[in-house]
Amino acid sequence: MANLLERDSFNSLGAGVDERLARHEMRRQVGRLERELAGLLSEAFGRLELDYRVAAIATAPRLLDLGELERLRDELAKRVAEARLDLARRARVETGSRELLREMIAAPAEFKWVSISRADVGEPGCGAWHSRPRLGPIGLLMGWWQVKVSSGCPLAGRLAAVER
Amino acid sequence: MGIGPTRPTGEPGPVPHQGWVTPHIAAEFPGLGVSWIETEAAPGKSPESVRARLRALSDRFYGSHAITMRERPIPWAYRVFFRQIGLDPDSTRTPIEQLAFERLRDGAFLSAGLPTDALTIATVETGVALRAVDADRIEGRLGIRASAPGESLAGGGALAQGTLILADEVAPAGLLFGETAPAHRVESGCRRVAVVAIAVHAVPRIAVEEALWMAAGELAEP
Repeated sequence: MANLLERDSFNSLGAGVDERLARHEMRRQVGRLERELAGLLSEAFGRLELDYRVAAIATAPRLLDLGELERLRDELAKRVAEARLDLARRARVETGSRELLREMIAAPAEFKWVSISRADVGEPGCGAWHSRPRLGPIGLLMGWWQVKVSSGCPLAGRLAAVER
Repeated sequence: MGIGPTRPTGEPGPVPHQGWVTPHIAAEFPGLGVSWIETEAAPGKSPESVRARLRALSDRFYGSHAITMRERPIPWAYRVFFRQIGLDPDSTRTPIEQLAFERLRDGAFLSAGLPTDALTIATVETGVALRAVDADRIEGRLGIRASAPGESLAGGGALAQGTLILADEVAPAGLLFGETAPAHRVESGCRRVAVVAIAVHAVPRIAVEEALWMAAGELAEP
């Protein structure tokens, strides 16, 4: 029995455990995850702040062992999963806002004083759709409601004037 | 980005020297390599043509480039390599990302004289990581290896054992990415500059050669 056990050990089989292939595979996965994270980051830009940082494993460049590569891969995978989830949540909010906006445009009186910003529907830039009474107090009394689209981002000159 | 060739088209560029990579590192990182071109150049103020090219490059580089940069193949390759050697590319930025960051922070690629401006132009154009060392201080060929116990950058701090370094056949020339050994830096009195490119997996050889030719061309500007 002892003889059998001895023969079944890696050493007696003459098959050294080479982790190189495993390290190559880890590095390949790190590359794929890094690309995916970059894509998600671009997708989220201007819409959502993603936590994309993965701390350095070393202070100076060096070869990482299998354990370190696994830890790096896992951290990246976690970031990617979180980013996907955050983006999916954000997409649901934006879809809801777009539906609300469609309904608000169709029947402004049903959504009195409701304001939906461009950011709420996942569009870049400033501006908002605002349900307001037409002709101010007269519209308020008469029930004349409309959706007003704001004119966009303030010009640099106007911002400077505010600071003055 | 393509702001035009820096030397007449059709003229063959000098053949870059190919460096060595120690076998165990080459086995871990296929595609890792070092190549360089040596050129007669002295550090100093950049000529007007180089500064004009930097300005043109600044005008063609927007925030959107910086945001989508890490999705482009060559900057992505360096980011991945930084991760694979234990660095966080968001703290220790890759050369191209560092330049993109500085462009957005300063509003332009500011001239820092030669050889820095030449490296900036070539790196932004191609994405390839470049550095300059004093060619007359290189003993033999350049290569990539892990540091030996007790080794340090000449005149600099001691290196942790196994640190990946750029070295000649006698001494370390600098960290693989980062600090250059004081003895190899391009400083006043330098007459020949070696423009060194570090290639990693997924960076095409043609891009590396283009980067070297471009930087050497800028250094040769009258």
